[in-house]
Amino acid sequence: MYWNKTRECMQREQLKAYQLQKLKETIDLVYHNVESYRHKMQQAGIIPEDIKTLDDLKKLPFTTKQDLRDNYPNGLFATPESEIIRIHASSGTTGKPTVVGYTRRDIANWAELIARCLTMAGGKKNSVVQVAYGYGLFTGGLGFHYGTEKLGAMVIPVSGGNTKRQIMLMKDLKTTILACTPSYALHIAETIEEMGLDRNEIKLKAGIFGAEPCTENMRKEIEQKLGIKAHDIYGLSEVIGPGVACECSYQNGLHISEDFFIPEIIDPVTGETLPPGQKGELVITTIDKEALPVIRYRTRDITSLNYEPCPCGRTFARLGKIMGRTDDMLIIRGVNVFPSQIESVLMAVGETEPHYQLIVDRTDNLDSLEIRVEVSEKLFADEVRKLEDIRKKIASNIYTTLGINVNVRLVEPHTIERSEGKAKRVIDKRKL
Amino acid sequence: MFVKQISVFLENKPGRLAAACETLSKNNIDISAISIADTTQFGILRMIVDKPDEALAVMKKAGFPVSTTEVLAVEVADRPGGLNNALQILQQADVSIEYLYSFIKRNGDKALILLRVESPQKAVEVLKNAGIKMYTCEEIAEL
Repeated sequence: MYWNKTRECMQREQLKAYQLQKLKETIDLVYHNVESYRHKMQQAGIIPEDIKTLDDLKKLPFTTKQDLRDNYPNGLFATPESEIIRIHASSGTTGKPTVVGYTRRDIANWAELIARCLTMAGGKKNSVVQVAYGYGLFTGGLGFHYGTEKLGAMVIPVSGGNTKRQIMLMKDLKTTILACTPSYALHIAETIEEMGLDRNEIKLKAGIFGAEPCTENMRKEIEQKLGIKAHDIYGLSEVIGPGVACECSYQNGLHISEDFFIPEIIDPVTGETLPPGQKGELVITTIDKEALPVIRYRTRDITSLNYEPCPCGRTFARLGKIMGRTDDMLIIRGVNVFPSQIESVLMAVGETEPHYQLIVDRTDNLDSLEIRVEVSEKLFADEVRKLEDIRKKIASNIYTTLGINVNVRLVEPHTIERSEGKAKRVIDKRKL
Repeated sequence: MFVKQISVFLENKPGRLAAACETLSKNNIDISAISIADTTQFGILRMIVDKPDEALAVMKKAGFPVSTTEVLAVEVADRPGGLNNALQILQQADVSIEYLYSFIKRNGDKALILLRVESPQKAVEVLKNAGIKMYTCEEIAEL
């Protein structure tokens, strides 16, 4: 089932022509209405007329989160303030929040995107969608809300928290689709078990989970515990919010709505565009946005793009699972290393979420990586040999995954410095 | 027939052993046997104490990774060849030893050795048959 077959199953050539036309309009819009974009383009010696093919997109400078911060709160808006009908903002753990604006048309387009996602998860007019994303400045709650209404399904705007009430509503109103973060879905599943509720009393069929990374194991756990199909959704407020990309029933990558966004994968260090299939940083250009168009926005998310046809019939390219953030990326002896990859290895060995720290150093011009792992009750064994085996296993699994030799050091619990509950993951001692 | 041993993970750096002993001392726990297996990075502190359950709880509370292991407390004559006698019996029965250490106290002219073996049941059987005395937790507490 498709929400918008004409668009979602568009042939590539036709899509390319459509994208080019919309891209030209967007470049025109920002050049003439946003000081910052005009300035950057002028510095690069580009005028809107230079964009003749989709490939010319590469000529344009990138936009970063810093650009949004520098133009706080609305310096990058391309429409007069009277046209803006809504504001959202990101949490902004470092410094000021990032404010994003929407015109009436933007809100309608966003609802269209969410309606597509809901349809991918089996959503129909008679579905009951429980939105357990937070409502407010965060894009999750209201984004899903409007999309569900557009679909014509029934929305339960319960927002996050109060898990027992969530479950009561889920049971009494016969929720069929749950939208929330994967960790909250897992929490709901566990609470249902604790309450001793019969699974048959819950009519849930699918879940759309996003706003935080979800490992394949976590997805399986949610699917098994709730007896549903879990669909990964991707989005970011700077681009529009949730709904940029979503998994279809084949759950093999997230279809990105290419009639609204042009995705690129770049090498985060050199900025060069990488060929399809290669892993790198996702860069998005919006081509149908009024209030806050973004040109080559660096998402800092690491993924890859798959243009192979999908059995579902949609022609839109698929994003791979988000593998990490460029902020966390380390280059060790020329190899790109993400803490998330190390974490997966540690989880597989210890079967629990580990507390660990990566210490990078350079001696005699050679990079070294030491992984400090806190010895949990579960990992601890009375025999030296067993502990040495754990160390060797971690090191060899990391070698298999990343191709680099590491030194694993087992340390006592609570010895790794934590800042606001989150452990400080990486210490780079290299003087580069 | 087995004695409960407390094992503690310690990082190989100054002050960690003292911190572990401090925790036991504060809780008035008496150590009757102690040993450390060490590597360049970490060590495993193994102890027999008068109140093993309490020791386990307080060490856990203090944040040390800690576990209990059942070991054999074997009585040997405190003279040349005393330990060898017991080891010969185990060797003949093909029981391999993972580690051993000795008690601080003696029982008259007898020494006490703590043994961790690969096949504990078999070890108990052959030692018993050879007339070698093994201590229980209660017997150790009375020493």
